[in-house]
Amino acid sequence: MKSSEEDILIEFKDFGFKYTAQSEPTLYNINLSIRRGEKILICGPSGCGKSTLAHCINGLIPASYSGEATGELILDGKSFRDLDIFKLSKFVGTVLQDSDGQFIGLTVGEDIAFALENDNVSLKDMKERVLETSAMTGIRSSLLSHAPHQLSGGQKQRVALAGVMVDDVNVLLFDEPLANLDPATGKKTIDLIDKIQKKTGTTVIIIEHRLEDVLYRDVDRVVLMNEGRIISDSTPQALLCSDLLKKYGIREPLYITALKYAGVELSEDMKPQRIDRLVLSEQMKKKVVNWFESVPHAPEKKKEKVILQAKGIQFSYESEGPKVLDGVDFELREGEMMSIVGKNGAGKSTFSKLICGFEKPQKGVFTLNGRDLSEMSIKERADHIGYVMQNPNQMISKPLIREEVSLGLVLKSSLTREEIDRKVDEILKICGLYPFRNWPVSALSYGQKKRVTIASILATDPEIIILDEPTAGQDFRHYTEIMEFLKELNSRGIIIVLITHDMHLMLEYCSRAAIFSDGGIIADKSCEEVLTDRELVDRASLKETSLSELSRICGIPDDSDFIRRFILTDREVRK
Amino acid sequence: MTNIFNYIERKSPIHSLTGATKLLCLLIWSLAAMTTFDTRLLAVMPVFAVILFIVSKIRLKDVKIMFWFSFVFMLLNNILIFLFSPEHGTTIYGTRTVLFPIFWRYIVTKEQLFYQLNVVLKYLATIPIVILFVSTTDPSEFASSLNRIGVSYKIAYSVSLALRYIPDIQREYHDISMAQQARGLEMASGKQKLIKRLKNAADMLFPLIVSSMDRIEIIASAMELRGFGKNKKRTWYSARPFRSADYLSIAFCVILAAVSVYLHIVNGSRYYNPFI
Repeated sequence: MKSSEEDILIEFKDFGFKYTAQSEPTLYNINLSIRRGEKILICGPSGCGKSTLAHCINGLIPASYSGEATGELILDGKSFRDLDIFKLSKFVGTVLQDSDGQFIGLTVGEDIAFALENDNVSLKDMKERVLETSAMTGIRSSLLSHAPHQLSGGQKQRVALAGVMVDDVNVLLFDEPLANLDPATGKKTIDLIDKIQKKTGTTVIIIEHRLEDVLYRDVDRVVLMNEGRIISDSTPQALLCSDLLKKYGIREPLYITALKYAGVELSEDMKPQRIDRLVLSEQMKKKVVNWFESVPHAPEKKKEKVILQAKGIQFSYESEGPKVLDGVDFELREGEMMSIVGKNGAGKSTFSKLICGFEKPQKGVFTLNGRDLSEMSIKERADHIGYVMQNPNQMISKPLIREEVSLGLVLKSSLTREEIDRKVDEILKICGLYPFRNWPVSALSYGQKKRVTIASILATDPEIIILDEPTAGQDFRHYTEIMEFLKELNSRGIIIVLITHDMHLMLEYCSRAAIFSDGGIIADKSCEEVLTDRELVDRASLKETSLSELSRICGIPDDSDFIRRFILTDREVRK
Repeated sequence: MTNIFNYIERKSPIHSLTGATKLLCLLIWSLAAMTTFDTRLLAVMPVFAVILFIVSKIRLKDVKIMFWFSFVFMLLNNILIFLFSPEHGTTIYGTRTVLFPIFWRYIVTKEQLFYQLNVVLKYLATIPIVILFVSTTDPSEFASSLNRIGVSYKIAYSVSLALRYIPDIQREYHDISMAQQARGLEMASGKQKLIKRLKNAADMLFPLIVSSMDRIEIIASAMELRGFGKNKKRTWYSARPFRSADYLSIAFCVILAAVSVYLHIVNGSRYYNPFI
C-alpha cells in the first residue's frame, strides 16, 4: 500500500528556493516524495536548508519569508502555488522548536483550542474536541485550566502537540523538537511521537540533527541534506552503515562510532538503528573488548586548590515563596572544566545567577579565594566571574564586533585607547574573530555571535566563566567549534563551568558534574560515574549513554572506564 | 515583582463576571462619572467603588503603584486647574465667596474649592474601577470582550498579547540589565551625566529589543500556522455565557448612568449648585 502512487502526500519535483534577501538559493533540485503514514527524519548540519524545506511544507514560505521558488511542490494533490498558510494549516500541523514561545493561550485548554477558535467552531464543539485531543496526547483534564508555562518540559510538548492535532491534520511536522529539552524528556517526546503516529497513522516529518535521540524509535527513512541539496534518502540502517554522516558533520550514534573504532564492519543485517536490537556476533564483541583493552587509560587528575566555594546556599524568588535552592554546597577548583546538569527548573541557572551576584541568597556564603563575595558589587564580581547567557542576542548591545568586545574595557578600566585596542585585538585573535573585527554583529552566525559574547567577557580577564547552554541548538560542527574553543580557554587556566543538558558535551569535555535536583546538589562526581549510575540518571532526568549499553552487550564490566577510553580516543581521532 | 498593569488571579464574584460585562460596566460607569458634576452622585460612586474593591479581594498593596501614580496625576491636575483658571468655580456657580487671597490673581473662593472637590471626586469614582477592571480581567478575556463590543479581533488579540508579555519582558529586562551591569554598565546612579545615563540605557535596551523581536517572530509564526487571521470572525474558548450576576451588574451601571442623566435634567446643567 505504501508504494501506491495516489498515496503520495507531499512531492517535491526539481524544487528550488531562494530567499529575497539572499543572493544564492537555499534549496537546489529537491526531489522528494513523502507517502501517507510515513515517518521521516530530515537531518543535516545548520544552514543545510532543512528548516527552509519545512517552511515550504507548512506555508511559512511565502507567508512570513518571501523568495523565489522554482520547480514544483505538490501538497495533498495541489500545487503549492494554489495554497496558502491557512489552507495548509488544515493539512500540516507544525510543532515549533521553542515550546515556550509558541504558546498562545493563557491556559492549556485555550491553547489547544486556538486553531478551533480561528475556525469559528462553537464553544460546545470546541470543548469536546479539546477534551478528545488532550486525552489522545495524554494530558490530564485537570491540567486544562493551568497556564502552559507552569507545566514540565514533557507536558509542554504534549500541549504543543495537542494544539496542532486538534485540527485533524494529515501531516505532523516537528521542527527540532529536542533542542530545548533535557535528555529524559527528549526521549519521552520521541516515544510520544511514535505512539501518536502508530495510533493515528498520521504522516510524521521530524527535522532534527540529534540523530541518535530520534532513532531511539523507528523511522522509515532518513533524508540527509547538505548545502541545499539532498545527499541521501535511505533507511536509517543503510545510512548508519555508510560514512556519509561523518562526512557531512552529523554526529553518529555513539555506539556506532565505538563499533567503527573497534574495527567492526557494519552491515544492515546487524540492525544498527537501535542499540536494543543490535545484533553482534561473538567475534564482533571480541573485537570491541580487544579495542577497549588496547586504548590507554585516562590519567586520574589530582585535586587542585579550591577557588570558589559555596556553603549552605538558600534562595527563593519571593520572600515566602518556595525555595528554589535549599542548602547547596559547592566547590570550584583551580583549572577545572566542569558542568552543572539537571532537569529544567532544578535551580541550575538560579545558582549561577547567585554566583554572579544577580540575585542574593537568603542564607549561605560564597567565597572566592577566601574572600566573602557578598562584599563585592556585581561589577567587582564580574572582574573574577564572567557569565555568558544562553542567547547571545540578550548580551550584545553594540552594532560592531570591535565596539562590543571593547565595551567592558571602555566602561571599566583606566586603560588608554591604545591599550584597549591592543587588548581587544589580542582577545579577538584568541577567539578567532580577528578577521571579522570590523564587521557588524548582525552579519555573524549564531556560533560566531556566541564567540563575540565570550570575547566580551574575556576582556575583563575573569578567572571563572559560567556558560548557560553554550551549544543549545547547534549542529555537530558548531558544537565542536565552540567546545574546542572553550577547552582552549580552559588550558590557559580559566575555570569553565557549563550549565547543560547535553550528555555528550558533559562526557567529552568535563571532568566532573554537579547534579541539581529539587533545589539541591544530589551528586558531584566524575561524568562517567554519573551516567553509569542508573538511579541518579533517573532522578536527574538525564539519559544513560548508548556506550554503557554497548559495553554491557560486550561483557565489559566497567562501563565508566569504557566511556572514558572511548572519549579519549574520539577526541584524538577528531583532532 | 510588583504588578504594574497586570491581571491578578483571585476567586471573587468580580473575577467570575464575564470580561464583556466588566468592560461594559467600566465604560458605562466612567461615562456616568465623566459627564456629571453632581456632587451628590459623585460622592456616592467612590463609596460603591470601595465596596467593589473589597468584594474583589484585590488588596491595596497589590495595586499600590497604580494608585500612587493616579494620585500624583490627580494632584497635578488640581494644581494646574488652580494655576490656569482660579476663577473657574465662580463662573460655573455664578457666585463669588472669597475665603482668602494668596497673591496676585490667585484668590481662594468657596466656589473654586467646591469645583475642585468635584474633580477629585471624579477621580475617586473612576480610578478604582479602572484598576479593578485591569486586575480582575485576564488578558484573553479582555481580548474576547473587546471583540464582543465590536473591536476587530486582530487588534483585540494584539492588545492582550502585549499585556501578557509585560511580565516576561520585565523578567528579561532584569536578566539583561544584570548581565550588562556585570560588564560595567551603570544604571540610575546620580553621579553620571544625563547624556551618559541615556546612552547606557540605550545599550541595555538594544538587546532587549532584539530578543523581543525574536519572540514576536516566533509567536507570530505560531499563530499563523494555526490559522490566526483566516476568517473575519473567530470564537473564544474562554467565552462564558452571561449569568444573572452579569445582567445585574450591567443593570446597576445603567441605573447609575440614568441617575446621572436625570440629575442633569433636574439641575438644568451638569453642575449641582449649592450656592444659590
